[in-house]
Amino acid sequence: MLTKRIIPCLDIKDGRTVKGTNFVDLRDAGDPVELAALYAEQGADELVFLDITATNEKRKTLAALVDRIAHRINIPFTVGGGISSVEDVRVLLDSGADKISVNTAAFKDPELINRLAAEFGSQCVVLAIDAKKGEDGEWYVYLNGGRLATDKKCLDWAIEGVQRGAGEILLTSMDHDGTKAGFAKDITGLVSRSVNVPVIASGGGGVPEHFADILDGHADAALAASIFHFREVSIPELKSYLSQKGIPVR
Amino acid sequence: MKLVIIKYNAGNVRSVQFALERLGVEPLLTDDPVEILSADRIIFPGVGEASSAMAYLKERALDKVILEAKQPFLGICLGMQLMCAHSEENDTPCLDIFQEKVKRFVAHTSAQKIPQIGWNTIHGLKSPLFNGVPENSHCYFVHSYYASLGNHTIATTDYCGGFSAALQTRNYYGVQFHPEKSAEVGSTIIKNFLNII
Repeated sequence: MLTKRIIPCLDIKDGRTVKGTNFVDLRDAGDPVELAALYAEQGADELVFLDITATNEKRKTLAALVDRIAHRINIPFTVGGGISSVEDVRVLLDSGADKISVNTAAFKDPELINRLAAEFGSQCVVLAIDAKKGEDGEWYVYLNGGRLATDKKCLDWAIEGVQRGAGEILLTSMDHDGTKAGFAKDITGLVSRSVNVPVIASGGGGVPEHFADILDGHADAALAASIFHFREVSIPELKSYLSQKGIPVR
Repeated sequence: MKLVIIKYNAGNVRSVQFALERLGVEPLLTDDPVEILSADRIIFPGVGEASSAMAYLKERALDKVILEAKQPFLGICLGMQLMCAHSEENDTPCLDIFQEKVKRFVAHTSAQKIPQIGWNTIHGLKSPLFNGVPENSHCYFVHSYYASLGNHTIATTDYCGGFSAALQTRNYYGVQFHPEKSAEVGSTIIKNFLNII
């Protein structure tokens, strides 16, 4: 049986992992390669690395970090943050990344998704969407790490992204991120039922019950960061809890 | 041990290289027929699309080289699919080492996503390739097409029905999952391949 995935996310800045509450107030949570290897040993199903300070000058540093990670760990990983071209992706895949995620650049140039899918295959193109619920009750896409609002509905963008060739959706609720109060079940479930590719829920996971809630029919995978980095929830305990709740895990 | 990874247009071979390096083997990435056929082990990886991969192999006569191999040979993911008789992916005749056919997943429910991405179990294990690997171990899969069950099936996985998670005939082995990304289980399977006599 295909299992639900638990995905620790490592935000990378200057070669170190960081994770803040609602994307501000950054705290240092260690060396990415060491942390990645630890999570792999503990039974993480996949890892996501987001370079939150990605700039052209830092691209080489990121590729070198990806190479170090790929040498060390034996589970799949995705790299994202500031990716805006076929060439950016080629460098990261050549360094050993399994998948890449695109966010703002893909929103501004949707054809980028088509180009990446044609060049590398949908299986390595993850469309990351940051969403927030508007006053009208609809979920909208936000850009630049949640700082810039758009008038695009999250569901419409997810469907378009999949039509253009995204092989997976990584959906972060800005309203839930950092709150540890649970994932956004409504929008995640809606997107998950509306697209035929896997959906990764992100933002709000605080205790094992939250993971059980979202993975029970609303998402294919769940991502979290600080609760793993600061040992508030351990992956083996989380998996054992999910298994008891009848959710298939590795 | 001389191990070659066949170099062609379908593949992210870095993770296969690194997995072998972690086991102490330095693979040679090459498309030179002499190098390939003089190796002790051949690995044929692949992530991509079947028809363009087959066209590329034929252009360089690598299809014939693959059919000449006498040493243990392991196809991974698309590599395994190309070793089958035919792929529905752009209606592509393949190498016909395994007579099984490659078809596209058809979802029976909206919860079944295509591609299958993630960890699934393998069962019905019958090959030295799985020495020390318990039934229902988890392996990492990423694919939209699958090889049907047949005489050469040596491991089965269930997704939208049962399919061949691994195939074998003579010196030829194929796995649909990615052993290089399947944690300790995958590492055991690669080790077993290196130890096959």
